[in-house]
Amino acid sequence: MIDFDRHLGIHPQAAMLRSQRAEVLAANLANADTPNYQARDLDFRAALENALGTGDGFDLARTSDRHLALGDGVGGAELMFRTPTQASLDQNTVDVQAERARFADNALRYQATMRFLDSKFSGLVKAFRGD
Amino acid sequence: MSLFNVMNVAGSALAAQSIRLNTTASNMANANSASSSIESTYRARHPVFMTAFDEAAEFGGELEEAAGVGVEVGGIIESQAPLRRDYQPGHPLADEAGYVFMPNVNVVEEMANMISASRSYQTNVEIMEASKQMLTRTLALGQQ
Repeated sequence: MIDFDRHLGIHPQAAMLRSQRAEVLAANLANADTPNYQARDLDFRAALENALGTGDGFDLARTSDRHLALGDGVGGAELMFRTPTQASLDQNTVDVQAERARFADNALRYQATMRFLDSKFSGLVKAFRGD
Repeated sequence: MSLFNVMNVAGSALAAQSIRLNTTASNMANANSASSSIESTYRARHPVFMTAFDEAAEFGGELEEAAGVGVEVGGIIESQAPLRRDYQPGHPLADEAGYVFMPNVNVVEEMANMISASRSYQTNVEIMEASKQMLTRTLALGQQ
């Protein structure tokens, strides 16, 4: 009996977090000219550990819809503000070049995750066919 | 799905930057529009960018809303810099003393603004392109 979840490993969660990180970085780049905008990012390692349930992160139980969540984060990992390398006059902390590099890096790693998932699926198909 | 929201976020930036380019074009076009009174003189316009926070995100809502925030133009303000007052007695719009009022457009500043806006526009187009590739790759999952 094949356990699909175990066969795919961490890659589905990784893909989800990569796409959410792409969103956060795209938001930083979109707000590159917005005064007082604070660039944000997430600690991918901590977020993945949280998503897999292997980290030491915790969440508060919400027994009512009116309870406040612990904070806005991705997969249980909190979104953190970036420390600016250069101060800007309008208090914006987006470094466009650095954010673009991170976005490209993140996109590439997403593609790698997709490649892994692809080979997992083709392995499954091979097992089903049995030839 | 977050990758679709990347499109929305980048799209909001494209809209905002094109408004900025629009105001720059308007300012440059009217840089020398003379006028006979202070009230009727063109003043440089600039958009005010604001982060488009969702209401849900502000109250500790779900992450999907909180993570990707676009940009919106909160309004367009007119520059409060003093107008130029040129002595041109031969000008048809000159007042009794022979002065015309010229807009307070700083052409050098506008050029810098234009370049900044078009670079930001390009960046966001590339972000859209990259997220499109990521989405296409996801759709092609397991098809080989």
